[in-house]
Amino acid sequence: MHTNPLYNVFTTILKRDLFFGIRRSGELVNPLIFFLIVVTMFPFALGTESALLRDIYPGVIWVAALLSVTMSLDRMFNSDYEDGTLEQMLLSQHPTTFIAMAKIVAHWLLTGVPLIVASMFLGLIFGLSYESLQAMLVTLLLGTPVLSLVGSAAMALTVGLRGGGMLLSLIILPLYIPLLIFSVAAVSNASQGLGFAGEIYFISAILVLSITLAPFATALSLRIRFG
Amino acid sequence: MDLAASETNIFMNKESRVNNLLVVRSLSCVRNEQLLFEEISFKLSSGEVLQIEGANGSGKTSLLRILCGLALPEEGKVSWNNQDIQNIRSQYAQDMHYVGHTNGIKAELTSVENLVVAQSLTIPRGGCSCEDALAQLEIEELADVPVRKLSSGQRRRVALSRLLISEARLWLMDEPFTSLDDSSRLLVKKIIETHAKTGGLAVIVTHDPLELPGVPFKKITFN
Repeated sequence: MHTNPLYNVFTTILKRDLFFGIRRSGELVNPLIFFLIVVTMFPFALGTESALLRDIYPGVIWVAALLSVTMSLDRMFNSDYEDGTLEQMLLSQHPTTFIAMAKIVAHWLLTGVPLIVASMFLGLIFGLSYESLQAMLVTLLLGTPVLSLVGSAAMALTVGLRGGGMLLSLIILPLYIPLLIFSVAAVSNASQGLGFAGEIYFISAILVLSITLAPFATALSLRIRFG
Repeated sequence: MDLAASETNIFMNKESRVNNLLVVRSLSCVRNEQLLFEEISFKLSSGEVLQIEGANGSGKTSLLRILCGLALPEEGKVSWNNQDIQNIRSQYAQDMHYVGHTNGIKAELTSVENLVVAQSLTIPRGGCSCEDALAQLEIEELADVPVRKLSSGQRRRVALSRLLISEARLWLMDEPFTSLDDSSRLLVKKIIETHAKTGGLAVIVTHDPLELPGVPFKKITFN
């Protein structure tokens, strides 16, 4: 027990959430399957004329990612709320912000990372150029953590509410729009051989802003939900 | 100068260890636009046990949630050693442990794993080890069984064993005897008795008779 208690609580909660994510693999796989289905529907709807597909593909990927992350947010706090473990975390003497951060990291590892891998794979199948794939990878790497961070704050507000799902989408999807705009712009610039550094800077700024604010917002929202 | 300050600090900590005081002043609670209770006041000091009794839906659980700081009262104040609990949240979290109406344990984890998570939420200060805690509640043989496979009484006992690892001075318990058999009820009462006799405080919501030999006892009945 020579480790720092704060470090200890962070890793314990992280490991715990990863364990549940892998154990309840249905909850892990469902958003991913949803994502794959939505994205693969487009060639059927629009025909296999690949120039058009290549143009809209970044947008399709990003919209599907937003929806699938919104779907997956539900498991972040609700099961802990139901069995009372969330209450215990709030009553901990460690700052709730740390606990929230551990849960956000776990959520990103379980949702964001599989999405990145799946998008790259689909990008290859759809025949995206090397430059577009590169831009796609960078935007996803910087953007998916934002989805988990902002999502956790909104999820914390609706935890335990009946019909919270609808409310969650209403709160969260508008917040995702700036990220969507810059990411899609970056990929389409890259596909036309233009630079996309400007968009990447904006996405990075959004990421930094969410890292600094979202864990506090999550902790506060949870307190409000219980208080 | 600094040394002197830290010495007084240690001294004060020791002092507060010996005699803790929970004071509740004219608490009232409104839920769903309905007044559940008003003007609840009591004082509880080290070694005392308070039982809260009353009809279903009379606000016992709400009172307990206010006492542990999860909910805010409509009016009134809860103070711990003369400080408002909302101002000393982290200190109070260290001194208090709440076993709610839900067990607060994960069905997929084993009993020991659950306790390890609970332990990580506190700063270890020499409360008893996870195995000892389970042994005191006579469920040490279930340590490595996933909680999902335990009966509801056994789950309750896992939840109660959290109290022992937390080393908290104030225990807040919501219906601790639910689904426990007679012998475990006695066991839990014995543990509460030991806790009180070593200077601990307990606020317990229950319908069971709770008078313990040699333990100062108070009772609030909600109507």
